[in-house]
Amino acid sequence: MIEGVSLIEIMSLTTILFFIGIYGFLTRTNLIAMLMSLELMVNAEAINFVAINKYLSPNILQGQIFSLFIIALAAAETALALAIILHLYRLTVTVDVKEVEELKY
Amino acid sequence: MFYILSAIIIIFAILSVTSNKLYRATMYLLFVLVAVSGLYFMMEYDFMGAVQLSVYAGGIMVLFIYAVMMTDNIGKPMRNISWKRKILPFIIAIGTAGLAIYAIFSYQGISQTHEATVTNVEQVGEKLLSYKAGGYVLPFEVISILLLAVMIAAIVIAKAKKLVNSEKN
Repeated sequence: MIEGVSLIEIMSLTTILFFIGIYGFLTRTNLIAMLMSLELMVNAEAINFVAINKYLSPNILQGQIFSLFIIALAAAETALALAIILHLYRLTVTVDVKEVEELKY
Repeated sequence: MFYILSAIIIIFAILSVTSNKLYRATMYLLFVLVAVSGLYFMMEYDFMGAVQLSVYAGGIMVLFIYAVMMTDNIGKPMRNISWKRKILPFIIAIGTAGLAIYAIFSYQGISQTHEATVTNVEQVGEKLLSYKAGGYVLPFEVISILLLAVMIAAIVIAKAKKLVNSEKN
């Protein structure tokens, strides 16, 4: 544990980070920027897992291993989403969600 | 030190979701990720900090920077939506964050341990590869299959032929 810092403060920090990510996800219209807000949210969750593991039961490594899996999944998701976005850009020459209406009608 | 890192994380996260230029937003996201890895190092989880630095700040950021560069959005400011469309997400985010923080502060059942334990990489590796009760060898294998599938899928999607527009009409 970090000296002089309680679990509540770390959880408040991750809550604020998560909702900054939600605000960005709702207000952005660029696909890459939306994906970046998603990364902020995933990161907040990973910190939460690690902090709860460290503060509540430091002998069991469950939270840390879940956090490792979260990071691996986030890397896979980002690679796949960016491949889709690049292909979309080659099809429609834009990455703006307001202008991509291929599947709308 | 923790408060400096938290201030860096929150300030650069806000800059990253409000910045008008995509390349700058990517750089601010990089600062957030490095500060988060500093948080892991402060919790004495060296392996998590190293993974965060190498996978997030190294790998994912390079992918983002490549994507930003290949979609020629570096200098151009992004489409700016009006402040009226931003008010509702702002209220939603602030309201739910306040509610969640209130719930965290009013919960009394947290019993922190104060024992100082040192976790080294060896324990993490043994836990990841043990097939006894509480071991994680099955998710480990599943995630390696998943990474292989994602790699093949990314190659297939990136190499796909351009759709012919005359077919549709």
